[in-house]
Amino acid sequence: MDWITTVDHKKIAILYLWAGGFFFGIGGLEAILIRIQLIKPMNTFLDAQTFNELITMHGTTMIFLGVMPVIFALMNAIIPLQIGARDVAFPFLNALGFWTFLFGGLLLNLSWVMGGAPDAGWTAYTPLSSTTYSATHGVDFYTIGLQIAGLGTLIGGINFLATIITMRAPGMSYMRMPMFAWATFITSAIILFAFPAITVGLVLLTFDRILGANFFNPETGGNPVLWQHIFWIFGHPEVYILILPAFGIISEVIPTFSRKRLFGYSSMVFATLLIAFLGFMVWAHHMFTTGLGPVANALFSVSTMLIAVPTGIKIFNWLFTMWGGQVRFTTPNLFAVGFIPTFTMGGVTGVMLASAPADFQFHDTYFVVAHFHYVIVGGLVLGLFAGLHYWWPKMFGRMLSETLGKWTFWTFIIGFHLTFFVQHFLGLMGMQRRVFTYLPNQQFDTLNLVSTVGAGLMGVGMLIFLWNIYITSRKPADAADDPWEDGRTLEWTISSPPPEYNFKQTPLVRGIDAFWKEKLAGHQAMTPSEPVGSIHMPSATLLPFLMSVGIFIAGLGFMFSRDTFGSDVLGFLFNNYIVTGLGLVITFGSMLLRSLFDDHGWHIEPEELEGR
Amino acid sequence: MMKTWQAGKRLLPMTAALGLILAGCGREDLSVLRPQGPAAESSFDLMKLAITIMVAVLLVVFTIAAYVLIRFRRKPGQREVPEQVEGNFKLEVIWTVIPLILVVILAVPTVKAVFAAGNDHADDPDAVKVKVTGHQYWWEFEYTDYGVKTAQDLVIPAGKDIAFELRTADVLHSFWVPSLSGKIDTNPDGTVNRFSFSAPNEGVYRGKCAELCGPSHGFMEFKVKSVSEAEFEQWLASMKAPAVLPEDPQLAETFRSACLRCHAVGDQGLAVGPDLTGFGSRESVAGILLNDDTGADGAPILENLQTWLHDPESVKPGNTMPDPKADLGLTDEEIDGIAEYLSGLTLE
Repeated sequence: MDWITTVDHKKIAILYLWAGGFFFGIGGLEAILIRIQLIKPMNTFLDAQTFNELITMHGTTMIFLGVMPVIFALMNAIIPLQIGARDVAFPFLNALGFWTFLFGGLLLNLSWVMGGAPDAGWTAYTPLSSTTYSATHGVDFYTIGLQIAGLGTLIGGINFLATIITMRAPGMSYMRMPMFAWATFITSAIILFAFPAITVGLVLLTFDRILGANFFNPETGGNPVLWQHIFWIFGHPEVYILILPAFGIISEVIPTFSRKRLFGYSSMVFATLLIAFLGFMVWAHHMFTTGLGPVANALFSVSTMLIAVPTGIKIFNWLFTMWGGQVRFTTPNLFAVGFIPTFTMGGVTGVMLASAPADFQFHDTYFVVAHFHYVIVGGLVLGLFAGLHYWWPKMFGRMLSETLGKWTFWTFIIGFHLTFFVQHFLGLMGMQRRVFTYLPNQQFDTLNLVSTVGAGLMGVGMLIFLWNIYITSRKPADAADDPWEDGRTLEWTISSPPPEYNFKQTPLVRGIDAFWKEKLAGHQAMTPSEPVGSIHMPSATLLPFLMSVGIFIAGLGFMFSRDTFGSDVLGFLFNNYIVTGLGLVITFGSMLLRSLFDDHGWHIEPEELEGR
Repeated sequence: MMKTWQAGKRLLPMTAALGLILAGCGREDLSVLRPQGPAAESSFDLMKLAITIMVAVLLVVFTIAAYVLIRFRRKPGQREVPEQVEGNFKLEVIWTVIPLILVVILAVPTVKAVFAAGNDHADDPDAVKVKVTGHQYWWEFEYTDYGVKTAQDLVIPAGKDIAFELRTADVLHSFWVPSLSGKIDTNPDGTVNRFSFSAPNEGVYRGKCAELCGPSHGFMEFKVKSVSEAEFEQWLASMKAPAVLPEDPQLAETFRSACLRCHAVGDQGLAVGPDLTGFGSRESVAGILLNDDTGADGAPILENLQTWLHDPESVKPGNTMPDPKADLGLTDEEIDGIAEYLSGLTLE
């Protein structure tokens, strides 16, 4: 119950981590099944329909329900601590964001047991995703599930924006903010501008499918290419929503374990901003083969290539952060230094893809599959591993085993390169993506086998990580406040895990890497910027959970509103929108309760603070 | 611009070396890395340039990374705090400007090639015009100037420009012959695409659908047969010859009532489904059962036809052909008879 009603950012972070980890596991299992099917030509392990459902759900689950929540977990756990705040700006909304994400994700995955998962690819291109060509409810689960989950992301993004803008500790100007906080800030801004696009797209597709609208139906004047524009105007910035937090994590881990401040801090900030800005200009590079014409193709080619410049700045700044430092190979830092070459490989293939005439060959082949897995797995997932190992003691008060961590790193990264490096060649040799099998004697066989073996090795790496978490959780929570000894930012100045109120006294920030600066000055702790006083805390509440349950019920009701049921009662309830209405009543009723009854929260008094 | 060109020239030896290595990859009739026509060659040239630049960048990054990781490891007993460097304006400018130059080196030929690839021979009287229509899961090729329609095997005269007009009859597909040209999507009417390629060398090339289009997306293959001008003329002539139906009148009637309701043979039947004229000369049955009498890469056409007709769903899941046995009520003998007839339906 405590977990369902909590509004504490640290607990919500843990909820995000477990839920994200759960969906990540599902997505990983789907990946393994896909790779088993492709282990040899003309394999009959899976049938074509199931395979298409698996690739659709693997992509959708990993992007929206796997990595995003883990990113949100780290942001929630760390951002208030890093900027010296006692919580996020809107704790109630924070909880609401988590619950809508979870119920959206559950709704999407219910499709596996309720008559067919979505099968039109994670991009859901119309007309394949229309009711004519995808007759099960699969794509409805996709549109409505993602809509609900997307609400959570948008709420979370706005919350982080407000938090970072208004709740930084005294002295922490923007240009003294840790890079992870900067990355979170800019990521949240991208979410704010990109998610409305997918929201609109999903509404239009839902209306096409459930209410018989014709936005994307060519026979009645709709345009399927319109969906591609809407999808990628969201979809390309989404890539940066994923990778910028990883950049932020790497920018925290590398300085800590090099015992040096980040090289070129201001150019890092500038590069991050520029990447976010350019990220909105380049969506049509996903559509070179759609037939946009040479002018559009040339413009989007060049603008896409430009992203290499700020990204290059970042890579070299990281390398030169280590230059002249004292590099320690702890597990988080192994992942961080493994990230640099791996991500660079994903970046350079991105520039290759940007060249439209070459992309006519690369597009929709395994070359693209290799490219974006280098970016998302080789970039983001390695970044998340670095971040999780790095901040685990702060989140849970326990150090993960270093030995097992190193095993995780080596099995995972070797498995990763085995899986995806060969896929570049598969694509160039003529293997298109999203094929459930392939004819023999096309020289695809060996490389596919290697790829599948690699995927298995990545799976082993994940299992070692889970084992590490399991045995760590059985040990006493005795991590030091600053367990890596060279912590540079504010989160390392308080106990591990932090008390409910984070900072007894809000610290005074005197420069970049505030804690490191104090250490160099010979201080053991931060100088407080306020006397010890009464701390205001928000009350726990069940309402966010109830609101999300309501939306979940309304979504299910809407989806089945046109179905014929075997039972009259069910038919009556669904066809007259009674179920939808019930869900909406729960949600809006909860909102009404929230509006009518003022909850002033509670206080922790100074005596209590001193007593602990 | 002069400097850019010089930098590009310096990359040439590496480009050549990479070209040699990559050219060993894959089948000649399938691989992007072994281009067999000018369109694919232009893409391949850009790829070589891009790969060269990118390998150079990777080498620099890997070298610095390796050096840093070896040279600046923390040694046991190292206690003193390393110097805290804020940054270095000159260095940061260098790694902003160099990538910019590299981008320009790649962007200039890219833009050139983009406009070159936009060339469209729709108005060229010398070009062979072909209307391509993508269907779940087969390809229809209509030679508008000659009034000939065929499916799955695109026969073209070697060396001539082929002007394509592409559309889809259902969902989006993407038309791709890797060794001849990059791909282009087939969209519904209103967003019809045009492009062109040519195949200077005679031969058979493997084509694929590159856009997810349903369960049998992976099986939506086709072949491009590049033949001599004379052979092409002859092919056109025999495609237009009047249809020959099965000799056995009973089988002919079955064929007419069961198959010709969707398919066409010459001037007979409806071409809603794939046109069957000259079926015995095709490279494959259903695009994926390769006709090969030696049995090395497939099976003889008769065997393939039997496999297909006895259970089309198991060969190509989700296809719209009715099951000859269950839906059309044909007996095994009738199916085998039709298979035999179709496999004998060769062109001169």
